[in-house]
Amino acid sequence: MDIAKKLTEALGGYINKGRVKSPWVIHYDCGSCNGCDIEVLACLTPVFDLERFGILNIGDPKHADVLLVTGTVNHRNKAVLRNIYDQMPDPKAVIAVGTCACSGGVFQDCYNVVGGVDQIIPVDVYIPGCAAKPEAIIDGVVLALEVVKGKLGLQPLPKTTVFE
Amino acid sequence: MLKFLFALVALALSVPAGGLLAGLDRKLTARLQSRMGPPLLQPFYDVLKLCGKSPCVSNPWLVFCSFVCVTASALALFLFYMQGDLLLLFFVMTISAVFKVAGALSIPSPYSNVGAQRELLQMLAYEPLITLVFVGIASVTGSFMVADVYAVETPLLLQLPFLYLALGYALTIKLGKSPFDISACHHGHQEIVRGVLTEYSGPQLALLELSHWLDTILILGLCALFWHTSFVGMVILLVITYLAEILVDNITARMTWQWMLKNAFGPTLALAVFNILWFYVR
Repeated sequence: MDIAKKLTEALGGYINKGRVKSPWVIHYDCGSCNGCDIEVLACLTPVFDLERFGILNIGDPKHADVLLVTGTVNHRNKAVLRNIYDQMPDPKAVIAVGTCACSGGVFQDCYNVVGGVDQIIPVDVYIPGCAAKPEAIIDGVVLALEVVKGKLGLQPLPKTTVFE
Repeated sequence: MLKFLFALVALALSVPAGGLLAGLDRKLTARLQSRMGPPLLQPFYDVLKLCGKSPCVSNPWLVFCSFVCVTASALALFLFYMQGDLLLLFFVMTISAVFKVAGALSIPSPYSNVGAQRELLQMLAYEPLITLVFVGIASVTGSFMVADVYAVETPLLLQLPFLYLALGYALTIKLGKSPFDISACHHGHQEIVRGVLTEYSGPQLALLELSHWLDTILILGLCALFWHTSFVGMVILLVITYLAEILVDNITARMTWQWMLKNAFGPTLALAVFNILWFYVR
């Protein structure tokens, strides 16, 4: 019994290590001006090279661990955002990239705009900026990993979920 | 009995070897694109993480298919290590690919279905080539047994050089590398969602990844048969072949399936048949 318990613990440890070392990202554009989208794509280029951290931009919500959302949520796409979030298996994290995704930005009182991403789905990390810099996005993903570690009970939750 | 144990140990070692090879592949690919690239152990992290994901299965058939897929891949490799029949090995290898497709087809998702159809086209392209390679090996050794290859005194490559090229072609298609990453792409955003892998998630995807590692080792093992006489020659042949694969993967873009079929059935098949005829005439 003792050995079985130890084995399970060891395996759990390895799986947690994998979770932290291999966050696969799916990017959803909720009607952004494409400024933040281009910065997200810039993260994949040789200059920033997200794959150093095992981060892959994967097009499939069923494979993804981290949801990057850019742009304000409106009444037309809130169902799509919800659907993508629901299709992602646990454990998962959501990152709002750019001021629009964090709060609605300059569009927040428009008649067709719901507001930030957190009006629809729970957000783990906010990356403000117009547009958010690639460095900020990479640091935001790394901060999201700290949040995931906190949720898994490996360490206390980070003090802030806003990357400044 | 000793042979059986040896095959089991070799099979067990093939899993980490396949993972390391996949890691090396990603690292080299990154270096070719002047990036740092992920750590060497990245494929293991990916698979471990996938094992810990919550289940998200649209159809129980998917789970069954992913298990059969990895079992068939392991069995094919085991048959290879047992120095068994090449034709039997070929059929078992096909089972693995067929069940991957069957799983993808069991879901009414259009993305997964498109991927599955394309995987079938890829199989259509590489299977005749691999069959011809086995026929070529048999025409030199006189039997389809792997064990009989070792009885030949000169390397097969000297007698079957064009057939080796055809095998390289089939290898690129089987491993889904550019320009033949038609059913599912390993990197970048050039895919209809994730092709044949779309509906596989979490542990099922991890099993398919394992099966891919084993397939890589098996195909490289088949390449190794072409220089069985010396260990050094074998290693040099494998290193050159795999580096060429990675290079081709990086300098080409995905082509259409029509182009793939035209090339596989045209020049490559002709090259393979020519090599076998040439061997007989000589």
